[in-house]
Amino acid sequence: MSEDPLRKTIPIQPVTADGEMVSLYAASKKIYPRTVQGLFARWRWGFVFLTQLVFYGLPWIEWGQRQAVLFDLGARRFYVFGLVLYPQDFIYLTGLLVISALALFLFTAVAGRLWCGYACPQTVYSEVFMWIERKVEGDRSARMRLDEADFSLEKLVKKWYKHILWIGLSIWTGFTFVGYFTPIRDLGLAFFTTQMGSWEVFWVFFYGFATYGNAGFMREQVCMYMCPYARFQSAMFDHDTLIVTYDPQRGEPRGARARKADPKAMGLGDCVDCTLCVQVCPTGIDIRNGLQYECIGCGACIDVCDTVMDKLGYARGLVKYTTQNAIDHQWTSQQTWRRVLRPRVLIYSAILLSLCVGLLVSLGLRQTLKVDVIRDRASLARITEYGTIENIYRFQFMNATEEIQRYRVRVSGLEGIEVRDLPEVEVGPAESRGVVVHADIPYGSASAGSHKILFAIESIDGRSSIQEKSVFLVPR
Amino acid sequence: MSDFIHNFWSVYITAITLGGIFACALLLWATSRKKVAASADNTTGHVWDEDLREMNNPLPLWWVGLFILTILFSFAYFYFYPGLGTAAGSYGWTSSGQYQQEVAKANEALKPLYAKYDGRPPEDLAKDPKAMAIGERLFMNHCAQCHGSDARGSKGFPNLTDADWLYGGTPDKIKETLTQGRMGVMPPMAAAVGTPDDVKNVAHYVLSLSGSPHDSLRASLGKSKFGACAACHGNDGKGNQAMGAPNLTDKIWLHGWGEETIVSMVNNGKTNQMPAQKDRLTESQIHVLTGYVWSLSNR
Repeated sequence: MSEDPLRKTIPIQPVTADGEMVSLYAASKKIYPRTVQGLFARWRWGFVFLTQLVFYGLPWIEWGQRQAVLFDLGARRFYVFGLVLYPQDFIYLTGLLVISALALFLFTAVAGRLWCGYACPQTVYSEVFMWIERKVEGDRSARMRLDEADFSLEKLVKKWYKHILWIGLSIWTGFTFVGYFTPIRDLGLAFFTTQMGSWEVFWVFFYGFATYGNAGFMREQVCMYMCPYARFQSAMFDHDTLIVTYDPQRGEPRGARARKADPKAMGLGDCVDCTLCVQVCPTGIDIRNGLQYECIGCGACIDVCDTVMDKLGYARGLVKYTTQNAIDHQWTSQQTWRRVLRPRVLIYSAILLSLCVGLLVSLGLRQTLKVDVIRDRASLARITEYGTIENIYRFQFMNATEEIQRYRVRVSGLEGIEVRDLPEVEVGPAESRGVVVHADIPYGSASAGSHKILFAIESIDGRSSIQEKSVFLVPR
Repeated sequence: MSDFIHNFWSVYITAITLGGIFACALLLWATSRKKVAASADNTTGHVWDEDLREMNNPLPLWWVGLFILTILFSFAYFYFYPGLGTAAGSYGWTSSGQYQQEVAKANEALKPLYAKYDGRPPEDLAKDPKAMAIGERLFMNHCAQCHGSDARGSKGFPNLTDADWLYGGTPDKIKETLTQGRMGVMPPMAAAVGTPDDVKNVAHYVLSLSGSPHDSLRASLGKSKFGACAACHGNDGKGNQAMGAPNLTDKIWLHGWGEETIVSMVNNGKTNQMPAQKDRLTESQIHVLTGYVWSLSNR
């Protein structure tokens, strides 16, 4: 062709006029995922149990006199087992979030949407709600029949029963969530004696309603339309990311055939077009069309296709976790797995490991005492009756232990500087206390102007010791 | 009170706001009536880069429902709250009004806390560590900015820990000072005293009253001119607490020591104000604070 190789004509295919006219908006069709059993289903349910055991169980653990995990917003103290964290410690939360993000990048680069399919609360709660729905309304065909059936007593009773169970679980979830911020045992007592604060009631019902709405009704609509993660996941994949895919070279052309028949002789691929992979999909897609953004990587289609392959005596893995490169280059399993430890993954792992170690070391070495030193602004300096020049400071002592602590304050940085009239400061457990401190120097011992000084604050038992810089002003 | 200089702006804003909301509603209505031809493979029909296609899925109806809800919400909002130009909204909400409500609510919540201190005399409160802890916190928040964190004051701001009082140091007087505030005015007295030399002499006489270093000759010359000062400061210079006139015979120099300072005081006068706390603190808080301030000089 006499075509400039650097220019490319992109053919525009006009929409044919014989397509039917449809509206821009349409009610979303309800999806009835079919029950599936298999390796990935077992993994998914394992994670449901694990995550929910942690979520529902953690607030009930006690630590001494208090709840082990408690975020006391009112008193601005955050208790995580033995740790007492102040708002000033939010850097650790930042660190945790950075680690979470990096961990996400890492396992998404390795095996795609592991979060979506196994750990995301939307998936987890939808699974639990669908389990309840199955127990009340029956399997896929029974549920579809019930929805299409006319109004009857049976339908009314089943629907009501299902919703009551859903609502009950939702309120328990909301209650547990609030139990992280208000001690859950007290919250329970307050609930039964109708003494719950109005904000607590609001949040229990708000979070409960969100659970009920999202897991009961919205389900895949969240993944498809609301969640930003669904959209930018693909940006984190590369050609060596393990994704749930259908092998078209093996499966096509698809078609039904007798069980004992030889597919090759019939000119057919391994796919029998049973559409079970579509029926089990919680987002209602057809994985045979390839990687789609709606696919949450739950692996239900893998499980169900494997059972069909087993029944027909074909090899498993028509739909399986594999990489784009493996498909393109027809790699063996070994070759595919070797690419898992590629530079990108190794770099993520290295950064993640160093950050985790850094965070743990930082937490371990953390001083359980914080002091803020604020010099009194109103009085620049004072000449006292003792013949000294004095500056006044406000010290805010923050005790991050759960015992009473006693602290001593010393100062250095100017000749003859000393703290006047402050024997010991006693601070209660997890208490933040303000104390006025005077620093004095002999009159005339320092030049006029601003001098840098250093306060050394030490606990009597010697376990915590910090230094705080400040300034001493000598008037002209 | 409107900040706009002309009513036009209020109408303009209302028109744009309501117009915008109507436009959204219109857009929603127009697009919901529109029909498009569906293609066989559910794409828009265009192909980019050999195999990139754009899906043409319909938007879910729950999304449309939420949109409609937001439009209805906005109409309800503008009925109740301000936003359409200078319209005040049926709740008459203002941010300063909300602040007043919050302050009133907070004070109501604090009432039972202060109730146990209300009836007791300030001297009694001075012995109660919990009351003093509250007093200290009130002091740090409201008084320490001028009087210093240790209440020992600085130039122009009295030392509250000593026994020297301009207006009186009894609990009643302290409470009066806190509630009403004080406005101490020394008028310029140079004209009443005489020549600049006379002013200097009077300054030395004043220094002599407290036993501070002074020029004896000038002091004896200034004594006769002190009559102009005695009206407020008393013949003996011991001050007058009814007027807030300081005691000139003690060693406390609130506005600075020395001949120059005293001369400039006489020439220029001095106004020193203690702001009234009655609009900032509740009566109960002033009561506890009185006990705290009294305790500072009566340990």
